[in-house]
Amino acid sequence: MKRIRYNLYTMTGNTSVTLSEKDVKKIATLAKLPLEEKDIPLYILQLSSILSFVSKLQDVKSDGISLRSTSQVTGLTNVFREDIIDTSRMLSQEEVLSNAHAAHEGFILVPQILAKE
Amino acid sequence: MNIRELTIETALKRMRAGALSATELILSALENIEKYNKIYNVLLTVVDKESLLGEAKKIETSGYDKPLAGIPIVLKDLFSTKGIRTTAGSKVLKSYVPSYDATVVKKLREAGAIVIGKANQDAFAHGSTGENSDFGSTSSAYDVKYVAGGSSSGSAVAVALGMCLASTGTDTGGSVRVPASFNNLVGLKPTYGRVSRYGIIAMASSLDSVGHMTKTVYDNALLLSVTAGIDPYDATTGLQRVPDYLASLSSLKSLKGITIGVSPEYLVVGKKVTDGMNPILEKQTEEALAVFTSLGATIKEIDLPHTKDALETYYVLCPSEVSSNLGRYDGIRYGKGRDAFGLEARRRIMIGTYALSAGYYDAYYTTAQKVRSIVCQEFEKAFESVDIVFAPVSPSPSSIVGELVDDPMSLYLSDIYTVPVNLAGLAALSLPAGFVGNLPVGIQIIGKQWSEDRLYAIASSYEKKTEWYKKGPIL
Repeated sequence: MKRIRYNLYTMTGNTSVTLSEKDVKKIATLAKLPLEEKDIPLYILQLSSILSFVSKLQDVKSDGISLRSTSQVTGLTNVFREDIIDTSRMLSQEEVLSNAHAAHEGFILVPQILAKE
Repeated sequence: MNIRELTIETALKRMRAGALSATELILSALENIEKYNKIYNVLLTVVDKESLLGEAKKIETSGYDKPLAGIPIVLKDLFSTKGIRTTAGSKVLKSYVPSYDATVVKKLREAGAIVIGKANQDAFAHGSTGENSDFGSTSSAYDVKYVAGGSSSGSAVAVALGMCLASTGTDTGGSVRVPASFNNLVGLKPTYGRVSRYGIIAMASSLDSVGHMTKTVYDNALLLSVTAGIDPYDATTGLQRVPDYLASLSSLKSLKGITIGVSPEYLVVGKKVTDGMNPILEKQTEEALAVFTSLGATIKEIDLPHTKDALETYYVLCPSEVSSNLGRYDGIRYGKGRDAFGLEARRRIMIGTYALSAGYYDAYYTTAQKVRSIVCQEFEKAFESVDIVFAPVSPSPSSIVGELVDDPMSLYLSDIYTVPVNLAGLAALSLPAGFVGNLPVGIQIIGKQWSEDRLYAIASSYEKKTEWYKKGPIL
């Protein structure tokens, strides 16, 4: 059984995005993702092709219509609750710490980020 | 007795008549897990036998009155389960054990369901084949060489192979509907906010919804009547009344008076997927449509010209929300560090980070949110003149495991029929529509927000006529 492949050329609009090595490194830094040198060429290729594809959005004609930005689709606004403590959903300190790698006297131990000076 | 031959409806009937016990049901499910789990890679965690039999005994003593009394279910591994490991299919959460149950899990347990295990899935629900799991791909129940469909891959295969009678999944861009259709099941993507997401690991919060997979429409309606409704712990749950879904099943004598919208954009057949659906699916899709007509429904052509743009919109908004939601994984309070993310999670985090970064935000994110409005408006307009919209689920049937893993773009493009529904927050049901060779094929019916009862009524008529669910996998 043959599976159809999309033709990326026809799916891409006028905008073509080509990321540089510097771009990929910057994105990884912003996202706090460790990046190995050897993976950079693949990311350049894959991320550029995805971004070229989604860039076609900029060609969608929405001029003349004032469009709201949709971030929420069911029309809810400002859902509030009473500012009271709900003990039924409280976790014990032991439960909260149960998945931490290291704890000390009820606190989670984290790697030191400040110099000792 | 093999649980694979049963539905929730038939199992409950037998248990209530004293012809079957909850213990027998669990033992049969465990037998199937023992037989098939290694081959198909379905469940990441199985609850220990002693505790399952203990739960079954408890049900036997208290009787089978509860709506899901003694029914073995499987949960996608995104659903927090108190004391049971929850991995999201990712090495990041390889040994994470939640301290509380998700609202849905709590509701299912209160209704008498027995959680038998946690299902494999694409890591953090990123994928449409199941191949992006950090714990290996899940195979289709209908052919071990083929993918299960994703991202709720194990959830679907578990039902088809008789490891349970129903399962939960999540659907952000088709993740319930695709695996359901690849495994001959009924898959629900409910209206955004119909089912609580409290305690479920988030993918893209403006799109995520919790769905169910079952063999029949009745079983699906029964499950939703347990899980639907307001949850004070999830502020996005809707205030709308929860209708009686089981009663709605018999609310239509025929489909006379029902108008089904068909968009040419959804039914174009072409050699390239850019041109439409794989010709191999044409016959099943047309036959499914003919079933609706034979039941009295009227077909009306509608216009959804921004379908392709919906896909691009999705692949801006979804990674943006993913990059934000996955920002919490720092390996300090729980889980492993960010170096434990798999390739697809990294790609999505990076695309989202780029789309939200200074200088690109307006061009990508803001534009996508505006096009999302166009997609919503197009559906609103369509629903002025039709009751439901008919569409395929995936442009092609299940693929061979490993065939497309190096080609993320072509996998993204196969979501074209499913993502518009999530962008507009609509309800949709995927239904079995026959087979290509041994591989199941599905269609979906899409309804307005909060119209699950209507979808079940229409699906029930279709199912009575087709009865595809009776054809189990050849094992």
